[in-house]
Amino acid sequence: MTAFDEERLALLIRALPPAPEGWVRAAQELPSVRGELDEIVARAEADAAFRERLIADLEGALAAEGYERDPVVLAALRVRLKSK
Amino acid sequence: MASTLSDSELVARCRAGDQQAWNELVERFSRYVYAISVQAFRLPESDAEDVFQEVFARAYQHLDKLRDDSAVRPWLAQLTRRLCIDRLRATARERPATEEELVDAGSEETLALLDDALTVHEALAAAPEHCREILDRFFARDESYKTIGEALDLPSGTIASRISRCLARLREHFEGRSDPPPPSGGR
Repeated sequence: MTAFDEERLALLIRALPPAPEGWVRAAQELPSVRGELDEIVARAEADAAFRERLIADLEGALAAEGYERDPVVLAALRVRLKSK
Repeated sequence: MASTLSDSELVARCRAGDQQAWNELVERFSRYVYAISVQAFRLPESDAEDVFQEVFARAYQHLDKLRDDSAVRPWLAQLTRRLCIDRLRATARERPATEEELVDAGSEETLALLDDALTVHEALAAAPEHCREILDRFFARDESYKTIGEALDLPSGTIASRISRCLARLREHFEGRSDPPPPSGGR
């Protein structure tokens, strides 16, 4: 195991300040938006035009369809659409 | 951050759909992911937030593809680095990066330091609460003695000595002379 003196330990503790609380909460909410994500991805798979609109302008396409522009949903959708 | 679960146990629970485990996984690695993007790659906060959300979105989506559950930490680090580099490339197309920015981006030295920092934070997470709280508040949250004293109901004069004792205890842990095993050590 690596040994650290007190000065080094202090520096290393200082090196990891908390991430902004809102970011952490948003990432933790991923499982709860799964249903909405599945619905959007299923629509995109069934409707090529919708899928193209999502790829061209994700936020705009979602807003036009009445979906909320939740950053968690946006980040997760980018991943899901890329992996399809 | 006071979990008794190893990284592999945590990943297995997340994969089984345990919301509490997912909350904990995000909590356990949030500082690390954040620090890689803002300290090692010096991304502005808005870009760092996008990277942060995408790292966890990808992790959530692809957790079942992780071949070794105990490797979640290097996997997340690699994912974060890749997304930071993508972000820097995209930014460079819009606004050419300065020589200094490109040279410094993602320096191995900073990444190694953050890796050690996570190891220390994991040990801290398993330390007694009175040590965990005071060391985190003073060093990581940069709180003053006054703020800490009020929050923990401690006289200012006690704070310095407690910080010193807790650091010594943590040092002993890394010298193998006292308990708390870090989560990634697999309990």
